[in-house]
Amino acid sequence: MLNFLEARDVRVRFRSKSVIKSLIERDDDPFLDAVCGVSLNVKPGETFAIVGESGSGKTTLARAITGLVKAQEGSIRYQDKELIGLSNSQFRPLRRDIAMMFQDPIGSLSPRQTVEALITEPFKIHGVKVDDYAEEARKLLAMVGLPAHFASRYPFQLSGGQARRVGVARALALSPKLIVADEPTAGLDVSVQGEILNLLAKLQSELGLSLLIITHNLSVVRHISDRMGIMYLGRFIEQGKTDEIFEQAKHPYTQALLSANHDPDPDAHSDRVELQGEVPSLLQRPSGCEFHTRCPYVKDICRTKVPEMTYSASGHEAQCHLIETN
Amino acid sequence: MTDLILDVHNLSIDYRTPRGKLKALRNINMQIPKGKIVGIVGESGCGKSTLIGAIINLLASNAEVVQGGVKLADDELFELSNKQMQSLRGDRFSMVFQDPMTSLNPVVSIGNQMIDIQYRDKISKKEKAAKAAMMLDRVGIPDPESRLSQYPHEFSGGMLQRIAIAMALLVEPELLIADEPTTALDATLEVQIIYRLKELQASQGCSILFISHHLGVIAELCDEVVVMYSGEVVEKGSVRDIFHNPSHPYTQKLLQCDPAAIKQKTRDLPTILGSLPDLIEVPKGCIFAERCDAATATCYEQRPKAHQLNENHVASCHLLDEAGALYA
Repeated sequence: MLNFLEARDVRVRFRSKSVIKSLIERDDDPFLDAVCGVSLNVKPGETFAIVGESGSGKTTLARAITGLVKAQEGSIRYQDKELIGLSNSQFRPLRRDIAMMFQDPIGSLSPRQTVEALITEPFKIHGVKVDDYAEEARKLLAMVGLPAHFASRYPFQLSGGQARRVGVARALALSPKLIVADEPTAGLDVSVQGEILNLLAKLQSELGLSLLIITHNLSVVRHISDRMGIMYLGRFIEQGKTDEIFEQAKHPYTQALLSANHDPDPDAHSDRVELQGEVPSLLQRPSGCEFHTRCPYVKDICRTKVPEMTYSASGHEAQCHLIETN
Repeated sequence: MTDLILDVHNLSIDYRTPRGKLKALRNINMQIPKGKIVGIVGESGCGKSTLIGAIINLLASNAEVVQGGVKLADDELFELSNKQMQSLRGDRFSMVFQDPMTSLNPVVSIGNQMIDIQYRDKISKKEKAAKAAMMLDRVGIPDPESRLSQYPHEFSGGMLQRIAIAMALLVEPELLIADEPTTALDATLEVQIIYRLKELQASQGCSILFISHHLGVIAELCDEVVVMYSGEVVEKGSVRDIFHNPSHPYTQKLLQCDPAAIKQKTRDLPTILGSLPDLIEVPKGCIFAERCDAATATCYEQRPKAHQLNENHVASCHLLDEAGALYA
């Protein structure tokens, strides 16, 4: 079977100093690795969630997959076609299959265009012949559960949840096979958040889409994703089936993230893993296990030796010295 | 009554808009007892920001106080002159804002900002700097003396928010208003901030008004909770009353909607159907009737009364008319 989307050891580097400055300072490695050797695999019809805190590189990874930033190393294969190294014009036809929903629901819509213009824009960009744009817009609006008269509205007349739905409609316009959704529920109220997630789930089962969802909200991830990967400083430190990770997180960072999600109950006893300190800078990655500066269970070996990735039969993988010793 | 630090009584505020008066707050009653942490929960558009604006007396120019008032201990705030009000801000009450990146001045060092805020104290600059360093230490910033000379961009978001909290508490306020202080932060940092706030509150004995839409945080931090919907307080009570015995349908729905509360994996998350009512032409019945599953004809016709369910648990809903309290 063809692999649908497969990323192997993807590395995205950004220059952290100007060329001149790095020459003067004789710095032969003036880069920082925003994404540092990430591998993932999304199957058709599956939802994969990338979880991590701000600065962990999750958005950069999504942008590398959609070709919006260039990955320097590794390989990203979409239906056995290599995406890394494609020029913009070579990538363009692929964007029909891989659609992206951006983070800010209102900010990602042009304030000067009507909803109809916004959701039919993909057809124009990709030169898809459409007889009746208004009809097409109506269809898309119906799919995302918005009334047809919204076609003539402007983004400022939409609420956050409605703007999100327009974003979904726009992503759906060219009937993609994969939607990459960057924080699809950020900034939405809990009651509206459910609507958007239900909509994505419904569309996924109707259209057989694959979803790659980027979020920091773990309680959402549990309900919508089949598999998940947890990112820290640009690497997946744990990856596997969502249910398994929620049941038995192996990496202390994952455990801390899970326990940071407090139950909405004042009497819930919290045996929470509290992390000390701050996320280290990407420019000065810690030695050994990169999480050792904040890990509550840190041992001597963690400071010097990079832990091996451990794999289980079910595909649950994690990178921590504590697992090895168990 | 002096055991109340803040008493918002029967407060109604309108905004003048081109379409007419928008009734942003209607008959708000809420109190903060001394030394307690009170949380306000509500979704966007419920009037949280207007309420804070009213408390610190910094409302938009098109706002109009229709009735009621705000009392800080024994002072009726709306009767004070601008100058008197000014002298209260940053002295008897202080505030922590949502976004730590924008609430600190980027071109003034942290130390100078923390010295500036103590401008009322008649102590030397050196002593002020020492006090600032001590406060930074208490919020868990390592090496505080040398950090005082650094600028906001040299700190991470979580550190900046802790600095903002340190600044707000430096003046030893009676009331600290925290407007979604953890929303811009990551989950693990959020935990740190909550713990710090709790510790500091316990040691300084101030009261905190904590605004958040994150139910888990409210449940953990607050003593009492006020639930707002569309410019009204629909329910208030102790944190256990609200989370264990939610008596207003909106509170019940809101708690159900929180994905963290749903332990079984589901692809069909609960939502609250419908949208917020128009506040220019406020519905004459219950404000939540449109979206309530249990709404009856009465709900559309009459405003519900506030039912006292126990000593401090109050909910405004017609369903409670007959059943009385939900408590046995």
